[in-house]
Amino acid sequence: MKHTLAVLVENRPGVLTHISGLISRRAFNIESIAASLTEESDTTRITIDVEADDELELEQVVNQLSKLINVIKIINLTAVDSIHRELAMIKVKANPHTRSDIVDIVDIFRAKIVDVNRQTMVIELTGEPSKIDALCEVLIDYGIIEIVRTGKIALSRGPVPAKDM
Amino acid sequence: MKIIGAQAVIESLKNEGVEVVFGYPGGKVLTLYDELYQADFHHILTRHEQGAAHAADGYARATGKVGVCIATSGPGATNLVTGIATAYMDSVPLVAIAGQVEVPLIGRDSFQESDIRGITTPITKHNYLVKKIEELPTVIKEAFYIASTGRPGPVVIEIAKDLFGEVFDYQYPEAITLRGYEPVFAGNEEAISKVVEELKQAKRPLVFVGGGVHIADAAEEIREFLKLTGFPVISTLMGLGAVPGNFEQNLGMAGMHGTYAANMATTECDLLLGIGVRFNDRVTGLLEKFAPAAKVIHCDIDPAEINKNVRADLRVVGDLRWTLAQLCKMVKELEQTELTERVTDWNKTVQNWKTEKPLTYEQRPRQIMPQAVVEKVSQITQGDAIVVTDVGQHQMWVAQYYNFTHKRSLLTSGGLGTMGYGLPAAIGAQIGLPDKTVVLFSGDGGMMMNCQELATAAELNLPIKMFVINNMVLGMVAQWQRMFYGERYSHSSIKGKTDFVKLAEAMGVTGFRATKPEEIDEVIAKAFNTPGPVLVDIWVAEDENVLPMVPGGATLDQMVLEG
Repeated sequence: MKHTLAVLVENRPGVLTHISGLISRRAFNIESIAASLTEESDTTRITIDVEADDELELEQVVNQLSKLINVIKIINLTAVDSIHRELAMIKVKANPHTRSDIVDIVDIFRAKIVDVNRQTMVIELTGEPSKIDALCEVLIDYGIIEIVRTGKIALSRGPVPAKDM
Repeated sequence: MKIIGAQAVIESLKNEGVEVVFGYPGGKVLTLYDELYQADFHHILTRHEQGAAHAADGYARATGKVGVCIATSGPGATNLVTGIATAYMDSVPLVAIAGQVEVPLIGRDSFQESDIRGITTPITKHNYLVKKIEELPTVIKEAFYIASTGRPGPVVIEIAKDLFGEVFDYQYPEAITLRGYEPVFAGNEEAISKVVEELKQAKRPLVFVGGGVHIADAAEEIREFLKLTGFPVISTLMGLGAVPGNFEQNLGMAGMHGTYAANMATTECDLLLGIGVRFNDRVTGLLEKFAPAAKVIHCDIDPAEINKNVRADLRVVGDLRWTLAQLCKMVKELEQTELTERVTDWNKTVQNWKTEKPLTYEQRPRQIMPQAVVEKVSQITQGDAIVVTDVGQHQMWVAQYYNFTHKRSLLTSGGLGTMGYGLPAAIGAQIGLPDKTVVLFSGDGGMMMNCQELATAAELNLPIKMFVINNMVLGMVAQWQRMFYGERYSHSSIKGKTDFVKLAEAMGVTGFRATKPEEIDEVIAKAFNTPGPVLVDIWVAEDENVLPMVPGGATLDQMVLEG
């Protein structure tokens, strides 16, 4: 099963090396990782999507990550009501014949067109990773030139921040 | 006070109570070495940086204090790596200080530059690269705190060269805050009650002690617990000495080269109480069939150890000194015989295993048996020595045939299995405990891996008694080749022309040799009666196997008992 972990870490040099090094040497199955600044300047938040067969495997991931000195707190956001989003930008082939079809698709997905030229369009979409997958699937027919995705970020609903959970 | 970075390092070391450092100078630590010289700080010059790391490790294991080593950037620091990894696997508190090229030169493949922080990330508890002088005191304070608390481990501090000469306003912090690091001491009392309930239910309980007991300094507590419960006990390699070898309930070491009784008891027990153990593959055999009948209780300070290898039915996360003290307290509240009487039959069974199939080896009239050497040294030292080993067959024979009676009396690379560990670790141990007898067992393979440190031992006139169990082969490799590779001895013969006695003498160490069984008693006595460092080259049977042996992938009760 896939779990989304919010990992709060010290905003210091080398932290990402420690995290990625641990994930690789313990052979944890990570699908996505995204790091960013937070409301506190000394804290970085890393959202990790990890695939774990059972509770024990997940517990190992959490316990091993927690051992890192710069890891302050880990919250499993899969266990609480939370919002999951990813941002993608997709560059797709678009000529005068296909352009309006693509615009229709973009509308259906509530995506945005952020760049157009004579040969291509860049589409921006924010949503659950599965929604982005679905859009990419449809756009394949038109010819995708390149895709960039941020990796998933997640936030709990309700007033309590992860640091206080 | 206004001082330079190099002075700040020394001041900080003094503040941490560091009495001695092990190291090797070089370009990027010249300023630091200049200050060591001017401050007349106690520094042990090894002959290789790996020696410095192992010596600091041996010092730490023997004394319980943090070991400190210093090396220059690049190759100096990479030479520390094996020593740091060794300390990491065995949870040894170590602070390694490495030079780094000047801040403006970092990242430009400068002369003697390597990314030591990156290299040591997987093998340290934590590491730092200091590029701003004002961060230096806090980093050092944190490093010592992290290395020595909770589950100890090595911490690397890389310091850019220009910082050593930079003047700044030095102040050593009194306290530090680490939001992400809070080592536990006391655990959950409710968990303790649950454990005691299980102890009361068990018909065939078994206590399993590991190196964590030494680290937590809980040998007295575990001995008391065993007396109170009457339960039999087994040990990992790292746990040896926590319970005296000749203690009746002690079944000895478990695992690949464990005793018959220990491995049978593990297989048959219905409750396994693991205390400060990692359930490493050398001790479990085939993991799926490990202790198949047992409920497993796991007590450790590191929550990440729980369920890492063996699934625990109950856990107590806390300092073992706390855990064992609580267990003793609660067991004392029970009827005095409530636990001991329950296990009478079980104790008879395990004692039968012990007497039925004790550790044994074949005596040969013309060849020295390595086990006999260990037994003789054990007899002479009466367990009152710090015993250091290298890695391989001799290490296992020491584990099997030396009667360990004291805590922290065996220093051995258990987790990483580092050949070349023994000699420098013995040097560190002798520096830390100058009045103790330090005995080194090494092999002819391991001895060669860091034999340059004979020069260090000689220079300092350290009275280490070194026994080279010389079988002219890489014994453990040859044993596997004999047992599992159709006797194809691929590159395990090291019959060369090395004369260990001459090697010792060339380095300034007294050398003796024994080649026949009748010479053993005399040469060992002579070694102990000769002042200063002594190396005894003992030619032993080449084809002797370490037995019992659980072959890789087999269960613990599938031991090979005879060759």
